[in-house]
Amino acid sequence: MAAPAIDPNAGLDAEPILRVEHLTMRFGGLVAVNDLSFDVARGQITALIGPNGAGKTTVFNCITGFYKPSSGRIVLMSDGALPGPAIDALTDTSMRSRRVGDGGIYLLERMPDSEIAAQARVARTFQNIRLFTGMTVLENLIVAQHNWLNRASGYSLLGLVGAKSFRDAEARAVEIAVAWLDRIGLKGRADDPAGALPYGDQRRLEIVRAMCTGPVLLCLDEPAAGLNPRESAELNELLLSIRDSNGTSLLLIEHDMSVVMEISDHIIVLEYGKKISDGTPEYIKNDPKVIAAYLGVEDEEVDDAAAELDQ
Amino acid sequence: MDYFLQQLINGLTLGSVYGLIAIGYTMVYGIIGMINFAHGDVFMLSAFIAVIIFLMITSLFGGLAIALALVLVLIIAMVLTALWSWAIERVAYRPLRGSFRLAPLISAIGMSIFLVNFVQLVQGPRNKSIPPIIDGSFVIPVDGGNITLAYKQILIIVTTAVLLAAFWFVVQKTALGRAQRACEQDRKMAALLGIDVDRTISLTFVMGAALAAVAGTLFMVQYGVVNFADGFVPGIKAFTAAVLGGIGSLPGAVIGGLLIGLIEVFWSAYFSIDYKDVAAFSILAITLIFMPSGILGKPDVEKV
Amino acid sequence: MAEAEAKRVASDERAAFDWLGALRDAGFLGLLTLGLSFPIIAFRTRQDLWQGLVLDPRWELVTVLVAIAFTARFCWLVFGNRLAGGVQSLAERVGSTLSPLKSYTATFRLVGLAWLIAYPFLAVLFAGPGGALKWIDNFGIQILIYVMLGWGLNIVVGLAGLLDLGYVAFYAVGAYSTALLSTYFGFSFWLCLPLAGIFAALWGILLGFPVLRLRGDYLAIVTLAFGEIIRLVLINWVELTNGAAGISGIPRPTFFGLPFNASDEGFAAFFGLQFTPLHRLFFLFYLILLLALLTNWVTIRLRRLPIGRAWEALREDEIACRSLGIDTVTTKLTAFSIGAMFGGIAGAFFAARLGFISPKSFEFMESAVILSIVVLGGMGSQIGVAIAAVVMIGGTEMLRELVWLKAIFGAGFDPTQYRMLLFGMAMVAMMVWRPRGLISKREPSIVLHEKRAIGGELVKEGQG
Repeated sequence: MAAPAIDPNAGLDAEPILRVEHLTMRFGGLVAVNDLSFDVARGQITALIGPNGAGKTTVFNCITGFYKPSSGRIVLMSDGALPGPAIDALTDTSMRSRRVGDGGIYLLERMPDSEIAAQARVARTFQNIRLFTGMTVLENLIVAQHNWLNRASGYSLLGLVGAKSFRDAEARAVEIAVAWLDRIGLKGRADDPAGALPYGDQRRLEIVRAMCTGPVLLCLDEPAAGLNPRESAELNELLLSIRDSNGTSLLLIEHDMSVVMEISDHIIVLEYGKKISDGTPEYIKNDPKVIAAYLGVEDEEVDDAAAELDQ
Repeated sequence: MDYFLQQLINGLTLGSVYGLIAIGYTMVYGIIGMINFAHGDVFMLSAFIAVIIFLMITSLFGGLAIALALVLVLIIAMVLTALWSWAIERVAYRPLRGSFRLAPLISAIGMSIFLVNFVQLVQGPRNKSIPPIIDGSFVIPVDGGNITLAYKQILIIVTTAVLLAAFWFVVQKTALGRAQRACEQDRKMAALLGIDVDRTISLTFVMGAALAAVAGTLFMVQYGVVNFADGFVPGIKAFTAAVLGGIGSLPGAVIGGLLIGLIEVFWSAYFSIDYKDVAAFSILAITLIFMPSGILGKPDVEKV
Repeated sequence: MAEAEAKRVASDERAAFDWLGALRDAGFLGLLTLGLSFPIIAFRTRQDLWQGLVLDPRWELVTVLVAIAFTARFCWLVFGNRLAGGVQSLAERVGSTLSPLKSYTATFRLVGLAWLIAYPFLAVLFAGPGGALKWIDNFGIQILIYVMLGWGLNIVVGLAGLLDLGYVAFYAVGAYSTALLSTYFGFSFWLCLPLAGIFAALWGILLGFPVLRLRGDYLAIVTLAFGEIIRLVLINWVELTNGAAGISGIPRPTFFGLPFNASDEGFAAFFGLQFTPLHRLFFLFYLILLLALLTNWVTIRLRRLPIGRAWEALREDEIACRSLGIDTVTTKLTAFSIGAMFGGIAGAFFAARLGFISPKSFEFMESAVILSIVVLGGMGSQIGVAIAAVVMIGGTEMLRELVWLKAIFGAGFDPTQYRMLLFGMAMVAMMVWRPRGLISKREPSIVLHEKRAIGGELVKEGQG
């Protein structure tokens, strides 16, 4: 959809799926995110990077509804909806969402977390993996399909009597789950408890579980944390295939520059809750403000960043 | 006006007792995040111990001044109740540390059931009443009527204030208090810094029980009746006090205790004595639903 | 090789046994026992008509207790290792004998069901018509009520991970709605039974709505408060509930309109049988068995439906559930209200069984007993809950049977007094021994290739 990113601001020209405007989040006196605005482009991989404590996870928690922002607007435009006056009109009402053409616009700052996932179809993963460790791999993926399955079970009434329509729906859900497990090579472990999987597999399973909700936007909080180089490569492959074959837009927080530079179409850099740079990987690598921010913090990240930037 | 002031005094007296028990709940919750369900029954046990010791002392040394006798009763009851609480922690809670979250709660409920039935078994199910220990009162004329300030009420309020001050000093100024606060913040880190966590937790139980024993002794002075079933309701009310004040906060426990005492007394005086416990439980539910961090507690931010 | 090594270590240990240390340790426990016994055991208070409260010393009892504590501890230190080893190997042996049985669970289930169905007949066969009353009523029906309550609460605590300390409130709602509907409006038992379930479920929604966003122990305490409020209202609203005196004259359940009495319209006369009170007991036994099995069936079915999986997912990680778009409030409410519904139905049965109810039957202790059955059984495990109910309720009922102990401890000894004391001790001991309950393994709710139970250490117990 979008042209390969060579132009420094190519990412900004693409059609946005998510628009964050003047987002501010305060905890008591602490301003974690300060007047932040950015776009996430449809069908692309956008990375949110920045030193520790820059407020990246807070931004994520605001987008996915786990925190209620102090101020600002977060608009999700699904299924081809575009920025336009409809959004301002919706903002003036007290409503949370509205259908526009084939798509819908959602004011995420007004919606609670589970509604964002269910209606706006924004899925997320967590920095510290949150799998249902005592449930099997397959169960994890079936739970992710809860909303449509629950409707198919007639809110349990049809399911309780074992109606065929529900059994068919469940078989379909298993098919979807197995197809995803096949893609990450875990089909053979479908009946193992998720908590018994190796760390790298747990990371990918969590991503796949989020995908089972059928999201239009997938938010990944440090998906490569704790992975070895081989697992990192597998992760890149999975994320690219999600973008290319499922058409899902991705927003990720990541410290691992090899992942960020390799797969991102568009990068946003945060420092102290503010955006300091925004553009293509090529552009970010050469932005002096970014270099200063990374060199300014004495961290092992500096070496990683510097190594990447030297290339 | 006189009626109002009278109820205020009665409420503060009752509230002192609740506040003393509430500290035991709040400290244990603060340090190991567990509702010590048996604490109300430890209070009941301490009241029994106080009654028995009081009877022993008065029958052994008949001529002893009542004040001296009460001081002795207080000290002995504190020591023996602390011993019980130490043993309870050692047997029923320590082995469960770091285990399944529900296990300590179930164990505490089991301990509560044990204590109630133990006391019933060894002391019998009937009420045990002793003649009033301290008689007499000040009668203060207030416009239009009199208010009665019983000596025992003064004793209760003063004892509570003095012991709370001493206790506050221990928690704020001594190494033990520092260790306790460190364990509250981060038990693993505290252990790494050389704090004996097990000992600190034991001492927390011991201190909570000692204050419960003060409450038990004062309860005996005030009412002169003890019964094996008297632990549950005061226990819940004291827990309500701890929650209302903000669980984990020591001044909060005292303020909560006084508030619960006042609410209970005023409710009984002006509305319906039958529904006084309903009022206490309703406050508990309402506080937890609408103000879970209480008056002085820290709000707790959900970690994602 | 390893065995020889172990033996060598053991003999070394014996050679170097620290007798003095053991003595000191046992001595400490003896002293502690003395400290704990004084004065609460050493002096029994007695209300004397003339002298007020007097103290009866009981030093001989304290001496015996201290001696027991000392000796038991000393023997444990000396022989304990070997004993523990023996118990361990015995447990292993029992476990290995039992493990092949696991593959026959279907057969096992059938045998169990057959045994339950035959139970009242077996009771009559072995204890005679008079003796069977006790076995069917005190053991059979009583235990089955707790099995049903345990299974109902298991939905809330075991599956959804919501700690409910006020479950008895729904039991009370069911019992009182049955009592009131039948005595005021003459509703029949069969009409009251579903209505009691519906009312309890509605109360579950009503109470659950404000409290279910609370987490952890706070939820437990609020549910406890609600349970107590309901009980106190039942006591104090005398015009409606007759207060602490309770409601009597609740119509007994009929067999499709046939009452169990000696009249000409009665069950016995209709079927041409000789009248005996056993008929009603048989009927009540099968009724509660049916209700309990219904609870079990519904729970097992729900577990395999999206809602049941959502409950378990909620127990595992609520935040993850929200990130997957699961409406946690609705999910919790369904668990809470379905659990409440079964509690209410059990309450209806309870009211009709005795024909009399009072607030005394719905004290906090009941909630604690039901909760402990769920936790001791192993949260979420249906069979574990059933076993725990049999052991805890049956075991304490069994104490009533130990009258022969009077021969040893004298006529003043009443074993039933120790019922709740032992119950409390058993709760503590069970938690120390097996904090995750008897059966901590979890069965997956859906299988692709092969069903494997999930070890308890991976299963989480919920935040709420």
